[in-house]
Amino acid sequence: MTWLVPLPVVMPLLGAALNLALIGRPTVQRTISIVVLVATLAAAAMLLGLTAAEGPLVVAVGGWAAPLGIVLVADQLAGLMLVVSAAVTLSVLVYSIGQGIADGPDAAPVSVYHPTYLILTAGVTNAFLAGDLFNLYVGFEILLAASYVLITIGATEARIRDGTTYVVVSLLSSVVFLVGIGLVYAATGTLNMAQLADRIDALPDGLRLVLQSVLLLAFGIKAAVFPLSAWLPDSYPTAIAPVTAVFAGLLTKVGIYAIIRTETLLFPGDRGADVLMVAALLTMLVGILGAVAQSDIKRLLSFTLVSHIGYMLFGIGLVSAAGLAGAIFYVVHHIVIQTTLFLTAGLIERHAGTTNLEQLGGLARLAPLLALLFFIPALNLAGIPPFSGFLGKLGLLQAGVTKGGVLAWLLVAGGVLTSLLTLYAIARVWNLAFWRSGPAPEGAEPLSSEADAPLASHVAAKAPLAGRVATRPVLPPLMVASTLALVVLGVGLTVVAGPLFDVSADSATQLLERQPYVRAVFPDGAP
Amino acid sequence: MRPNLLFVIVVGVLFAAGVTLLLERTLTRVILGLALLSNGANLLILLGGGYGGPPIVGVTAESRMSDPLAQAMVLTAIVITLGMTAFLLAMAYRSRVLTGHDEVQDDAEDRRIMARAAHDLGPETEDAQPDGPWLVLRAGAADDDRAPR
Repeated sequence: MTWLVPLPVVMPLLGAALNLALIGRPTVQRTISIVVLVATLAAAAMLLGLTAAEGPLVVAVGGWAAPLGIVLVADQLAGLMLVVSAAVTLSVLVYSIGQGIADGPDAAPVSVYHPTYLILTAGVTNAFLAGDLFNLYVGFEILLAASYVLITIGATEARIRDGTTYVVVSLLSSVVFLVGIGLVYAATGTLNMAQLADRIDALPDGLRLVLQSVLLLAFGIKAAVFPLSAWLPDSYPTAIAPVTAVFAGLLTKVGIYAIIRTETLLFPGDRGADVLMVAALLTMLVGILGAVAQSDIKRLLSFTLVSHIGYMLFGIGLVSAAGLAGAIFYVVHHIVIQTTLFLTAGLIERHAGTTNLEQLGGLARLAPLLALLFFIPALNLAGIPPFSGFLGKLGLLQAGVTKGGVLAWLLVAGGVLTSLLTLYAIARVWNLAFWRSGPAPEGAEPLSSEADAPLASHVAAKAPLAGRVATRPVLPPLMVASTLALVVLGVGLTVVAGPLFDVSADSATQLLERQPYVRAVFPDGAP
Repeated sequence: MRPNLLFVIVVGVLFAAGVTLLLERTLTRVILGLALLSNGANLLILLGGGYGGPPIVGVTAESRMSDPLAQAMVLTAIVITLGMTAFLLAMAYRSRVLTGHDEVQDDAEDRRIMARAAHDLGPETEDAQPDGPWLVLRAGAADDDRAPR
């Protein structure tokens, strides 16, 4: 069944090529994108089942055996991440299709959107499956290149400005990663991760620390770990709603995945764990304090995104099976919830014309469904029982308490505080945007809402202001349906939390043992 | 294997110059800085591959070959950098078309703080600053946060 392994990378790439050839035929493009992502989801689910039953699956790309050729490795962690990311990308795709349909057939950039979106998916899956450090770099570059196009789609002034920050910071992190790869290769003579697991162990301590720090720095920028996080709230909110949603859900988590992979496989042990824990604490607190100060829903959510990256780092920094399991569970939970919240923010913007809290009000009465779509994932994010956010935080806190020590206790306290402040930030959004009777909806009527209708911005600009509200359906059913599906998925995570935690714990044990991964790549021992 | 000292110095100079340019405001200079940085990184990888003859069977004895894998990786990295630089140049051009310059502006938070400062200081102090009117302009823009002009 190893033929399944490359499919999540190959299918989106082929779909993107087809879509590129079919520019100008939106219906066909949409069909292809949906079929491809459904197939990717199916392949990912089968991979997860197989890896849980049989252990890691390995494919030597091009038939070249491991140390010479590049391998794709699907272990349980990769399988889990693939399933979640495929589910989320599929929902966001449906959402953006709903938006595209609602905005009319004149929405020109849509034809670039589909191929780029599929390439982004391929980059993400490639990063998850990479069994080779350079292939991981290539995966990152694929997804980053696609993300540059997506974040600046429409090329308005605000997007060019914010996109510049994003592109330059991402390129810088890529250079750091490249330097890390160069150093690792110079020190060990290989980039195959299974082989590195053996060879890095043999290196002198100082050299290992250098390699570890350079790689952590590169991944820390991508994962938006404080103090490397300032670029994120500055660049994400300006993009179109589906793009922000998928970026927020997936891209930082690819960085977290890379940190988990390298910290467990290449640099095992608690060397560097203290740095991770301190970074985790600062990320949580600084991020959430930033969120509390915001007056725009999208910016506020971007800050909570940064803040909750801290929880995942916390789990990784504990270097215990329980901590790692908590981190993996939290990654899965957070991908779904954060994406949902950004999609809902897009719906709010569509309905009320703005995401500025000072101008919003009375949405609970005007749009009860929208309120529900916000309320459930918001409580989930803040960690209210019985939702998965609570369970994930509980798992992490328990692992922290078990670990003991000053730093772990500090992190436990910081985690609780962050959770409370998240609740405060979320409650503020709820009170201002939904609960208060607030400004009349006519008062909040936007002059124009660039961010939510970029695909048809020129159409919107041509239509007279008064007529626009009447001609545009308030909430396109497809957009609501896809958001609702993600809300249900988020609640579903709570329902299946037990089995999901078991899978996370299994993956964590596998990661910490290291040998299953190495043996899968080199059945006869690493050369 | 012992790295060539000249190469090491060149890598260091490339990185230093790249970082300096990266700290500039103008996007064109940032692009040049990134180009220097990635060239430095590529040279570093080549250094890691070791020194030797061309890795072609029959031309060089196997023991004297340089590492072809490092060269292959550098080629990949060069191609990727080329694409990214082209994209960034397009962005700089677009920025010039839209705003008349390619300077990267302050982020929303900085703009808001500046607007508040300008508001608190009142109109009389603004004249004292050379870029006072600009501040007022940005203050207006920051108020309706990201609304298109």
